[in-house]
Amino acid sequence: MQAVVDPLLVVLLLVNFFLLGTSRLRALINGSAAQGALLAFLVISVHGEITWQALAIALATVALKGAVIPSMLSRAMRDAAFHREVEPVIGFVPSLLLGSLGTGLSLVFARTLPLAPEHVGSLLVPASLATAFTGFLLLATRRKAITQVVGYLALENGVFVMGLTLVEAMPLLVEIGILLDLVVAIFVMGIIIEHISREFSSIDTARLSSLKE
Amino acid sequence: MAIALVVVPLIFAAAAAAMPSQRWRPWLLPACAAAHVALTLAALRSQDVAAIGGWLKLDDLGRLVLPLVSVLFFACSLYAPGYLALRRERSNRVFVPCLLFFLAMNSLIVESQHLGLMWVAIEATTLAAAPLLYFNHNARSIEATWKYLLIGSVGIALALFGTFFLAYAALRAGLATSLFFADLVREAPRLSRPWLHAAFVLLFVGYGTKMGLAPMHTWKPDAYGEAPGIVGTLLAGALTSCAFLALLRFYQIVAAGGEAAFARQLMIGIGLLSMAVASVFMARQRDYKRMLAYSSVEHMGILVLGVGIGGAGVYGALLHLVNNAITKGVLFLSAGNIHRAYGSKSIDDVRGALRRLPFSGALFLAGFFAVTGSPPFAPFLSEFTIVRAAMTSGHAVVGGLFLVMLAIVFIGMGGAVLAVTQGEPPPSDPEGFRDRLGTVAPIALLMAVVVLLGVYVPAPLNALLRNAAAFVDVKP
Repeated sequence: MQAVVDPLLVVLLLVNFFLLGTSRLRALINGSAAQGALLAFLVISVHGEITWQALAIALATVALKGAVIPSMLSRAMRDAAFHREVEPVIGFVPSLLLGSLGTGLSLVFARTLPLAPEHVGSLLVPASLATAFTGFLLLATRRKAITQVVGYLALENGVFVMGLTLVEAMPLLVEIGILLDLVVAIFVMGIIIEHISREFSSIDTARLSSLKE
Repeated sequence: MAIALVVVPLIFAAAAAAMPSQRWRPWLLPACAAAHVALTLAALRSQDVAAIGGWLKLDDLGRLVLPLVSVLFFACSLYAPGYLALRRERSNRVFVPCLLFFLAMNSLIVESQHLGLMWVAIEATTLAAAPLLYFNHNARSIEATWKYLLIGSVGIALALFGTFFLAYAALRAGLATSLFFADLVREAPRLSRPWLHAAFVLLFVGYGTKMGLAPMHTWKPDAYGEAPGIVGTLLAGALTSCAFLALLRFYQIVAAGGEAAFARQLMIGIGLLSMAVASVFMARQRDYKRMLAYSSVEHMGILVLGVGIGGAGVYGALLHLVNNAITKGVLFLSAGNIHRAYGSKSIDDVRGALRRLPFSGALFLAGFFAVTGSPPFAPFLSEFTIVRAAMTSGHAVVGGLFLVMLAIVFIGMGGAVLAVTQGEPPPSDPEGFRDRLGTVAPIALLMAVVVLLGVYVPAPLNALLRNAAAFVDVKP
């Protein structure tokens, strides 16, 4: 099972680029759901065997990140009647270039960190850093509230992959707690998005600019 | 006991959510707060408060922060029914349960001995605060809530990243990975250095965002500016204190690992930066509630600076943690009253608060003198302790900069506060907001504590402070 970890991580990195390159919100949400499903497979394959704990976390991950959160985001998108990210702060091609640069740097940086013997040569740490970086990029350079939430999810996914290096150390309770917190966070964000779209007739966060110095 | 401190507020929160009466619901707040204070006193008296196999435990640091949170929440809960009675047009059906849930999560942060559990509790406070900030349901409060939620969530995600890095530091060193603080402090000398450093930086940035240290403070003026006074108090007094407690726990691990110098440099740098940013933005601030937010940024800077200086500075920072939180209560609640009376937060519209609201105006003015470190108020004592620690430990330049920035803040903030309190009030509706017992007495109570702590630190508090300082500042 361990053998499929790296190929799965490569797919995860490709989805990162997809998220950075697409302008359609529907595609973004689908990409984010795909990452959620990938994470569930990763949980099982990193554990190496199907244990109760691995199964519980994988099922919770795929249910929450693959289904519940994407459907909440889709609903928010439908209600806001908005389907495209226009005028990102940085264009799509430059953000793809930045994304590749970040991925390259993650690979280099992970090499300088002293890894535990079982992770030397594995893509877990660099993929985690690169995915978190992608999330940052989306958060910082996109104006639509939904895109920013997808960015936050990608950041969270990067952190999740880092957590996979610690499968033995993390009690099930804490992992489920973390997932649950995430869902509630997205839920609260969804409610706020709904209010933003009602108040401003748009989910463009560029309009949220009355509070500044 | 350890469990009751978390569960009792949760039960009250559920009761508040189920209660149909808009009018009586706010009275659950003082009831719960009184129960929480009683539980806190009982917990302080007992030697060993622990539960669930060591996941929850009131250690020396917790013994200091828990009463602080409890007292501050108690004052806010006394203020809340009077305030919410004035805001009948807004449903408090979400507001009151969220406040109680917020208290439960603060207790959980203080008590948790497991990194993951503490993270979950801190994230939960972020989520509980979102509906509180959105209480006014207008465009400006949406904007503030969105920024708070997004920046806070990113910060908290980075903190989780740092938590994993810390666990990896143990894994790399071939130790049994445990996420309990006590285990990490014990094993600290053997943790892998590069991972430990990276983890501390991430945790500092993550929980520093929650504290509102510059340059991660950008959510703060918006959130505090739009939040009702009670929420401002609880965020600036209780939640930031809990985030600081989280930081101290990681500082403790790093210090136990013999890397205190590294952490201290970072803390001094960010502390000075926070003070500098606050002093610049406070000088040109026209909105007195946003001004209080920058004051909070400044004081968060003072806290990490005190720990960065080390030695007596740690004691000073812990004393300042208490003093700042209580003083912030005075300022936010009295500013809330002034806002209510004038319907404006701009110092261009508000004049003569001392005339129109003699009590709130006077408390606001006194709170200003206290928070800027004028004697005989409590923050003077703690700031003086930090400066003296800086001067005697070879950080003379840092101490000098500290004093210069305190002076700039005093001048900048003074201009705005005097503009609000002095002068002739504009003509007003005689039926409008006036000082009442319910909205003044809790502030006066907090102010009395500020004055009392300024003249003398009671022996039990001093013991709590000394234990906590010794607990944090471990020698490898």
